[in-house]
Amino acid sequence: MTLELSVSHSFADFALEVDVAVPPGVTVLFGPSGSGKTTLINAVAGLLRPDAGRIAADGWVLLDTAARHWLPPHRRRIGYIFQEGRLFPHMTVRQNLLYGRRFAPRDAAPESLDRIVDMLGIGHLLTRRPGALSGGEKQRVAIGRAFLAAPRLILADEPLAALDQARKAEILPYFERLRDEVSVPILYVSHSPAEVARLATTVIALRRGRVVAVGPPAQVLGDADAMDARDIGSVLRARVVAHHDDGLSELSTVAGALLLPRVAAAPGSTTRVRIAAHEVILSRAAPVGLSALNTLRGTITEIRPGHGPGALVVLALGDHQYLTARVTRRAVAALDLEPGQTCHAILKSVAIAPEDVGRGHHPEAIP
Amino acid sequence: MGSDWANWLGPAEWAAVRLSIRVSLWATLASLPPGILAAYALARWTFPGKQLLNAVVHLPLILPPVVTGYLLLVVLGRRGYVGQVLDDWFGIVLSFRWTGAAVAAAVMAFPLMVRAIRLAVEAVDPKIEEAASTLGASKPWVFLTVTLPLILPGVIAGAILAFAKAIGEFGATITFVSNIPGQTQTIPSAIHAFLQVPGGQEAASRLVIIAIVIATAALILSEVIARRVARVVAGT
Repeated sequence: MTLELSVSHSFADFALEVDVAVPPGVTVLFGPSGSGKTTLINAVAGLLRPDAGRIAADGWVLLDTAARHWLPPHRRRIGYIFQEGRLFPHMTVRQNLLYGRRFAPRDAAPESLDRIVDMLGIGHLLTRRPGALSGGEKQRVAIGRAFLAAPRLILADEPLAALDQARKAEILPYFERLRDEVSVPILYVSHSPAEVARLATTVIALRRGRVVAVGPPAQVLGDADAMDARDIGSVLRARVVAHHDDGLSELSTVAGALLLPRVAAAPGSTTRVRIAAHEVILSRAAPVGLSALNTLRGTITEIRPGHGPGALVVLALGDHQYLTARVTRRAVAALDLEPGQTCHAILKSVAIAPEDVGRGHHPEAIP
Repeated sequence: MGSDWANWLGPAEWAAVRLSIRVSLWATLASLPPGILAAYALARWTFPGKQLLNAVVHLPLILPPVVTGYLLLVVLGRRGYVGQVLDDWFGIVLSFRWTGAAVAAAVMAFPLMVRAIRLAVEAVDPKIEEAASTLGASKPWVFLTVTLPLILPGVIAGAILAFAKAIGEFGATITFVSNIPGQTQTIPSAIHAFLQVPGGQEAASRLVIIAIVIATAALILSEVIARRVARVVAGT
């Protein structure tokens, strides 16, 4: 299912002008706050009526202002996961989970309660009420509730933003499982590059109400036009080789091995690793006597001076995978860096946060 | 014991107590649906004439009860604008009947009920209702399965407040339906009547005690129920 998403809507201080096709899989709407992400998915959900636009997929028309067509939210069959959960406080977890089912059309085949409950690990919570749940548990129930309503499309509005790091790390794997095992397209709003790297099959980067980039995460996350300098990073495919006794996990990439604090994935499985560009140090010579454990070798393909004192250096690692480093222009001159040269990238292992490591999905979508 | 109780009150006093309870129950039950509707409309909707509706709902709280009773007589009395139609078409007569007493009590208690329910509606996060609509619930379903359960403590508190007010209503009732023993003589009217005749003080004071007991019991009951419902609604 490809969702045709064309929306224009004026606010007091900015205008949203989006015309984009949303492919199947997990599409992340990425951008800073105020870029129009939530407005866009609220238009898809029917919670906001845009000035003009058309939202449709496979002959399923949610909105067409030209034809004066507007489907009310309750007839859109969309599972919406809100930032704050929005569980029904007077119902038990089970009642919350099954709420959407009674409104689903008879021919819809909703997911089985047992399967979703099992996938989200909320079996022990079914008889409790939302008031007695932790933030992470509430959000897992909210995710299950959306999937159990037999939706044709899942919308998620920064579902992890209200949670602390530990809770985020707790929930992301469940999202990955749902993405991989339930075949409902997901439109996911985020301003976190880590979540983009981990979940997205496609990224739509928004800025001030306009689409600035569309593409696979590895491409958009390294795009200096679409990203803030501090958010630029690379996404690499890696395979878990082994978990060592000292608490580190060994992963292999196309350009060498990586040692990371224990990764929650079985040996043999593939994952994604995001490396922020400013956490990369470049060296012309093979480094010796460094405390950093992870070095990757690549060939410089591009050097892009930034507006300030910084510059982006892109290394080709092989197999169409790239690593972006953010260094100073002064360093580029001092090291005499030029495209075509071989270079060593030193990564501080602490720079790779747990939520930046994700389970692989649609690896063909990463160029 | 039971017969002692029955003998403690004279037949006229018993009649007043029974009538008061019947009038107040009907007044409360009948005004619940319009009360919830008015509270919801005032809390959530924007429509032309909203301030007017708000004023009309609250008027009985501010007007002298005699004025409200007189207006009821003018509108709903046998020769009143609406009362005449009710009588001619449906054979319904309200003035000088117990049903009229119920109408007067309902009108006087209405603002209290609406205020309590309105506060409860305003406390419900519309985002929760939005969530229900994205899960496929149409507006009536959202109201029945989400809004109504969440405002239930307010509805109960409003209903009991209205009941207590109805039990005590005097001015509008006596103006609209007079003070006919056994027909329109509620507890307050009976107390008033007993105090007008020599030697009626004892009967009046018995009714005063009953009025106090009913009012206190209603308040305690509303507290207990509202607290229990609030616990369920708060989701703990």
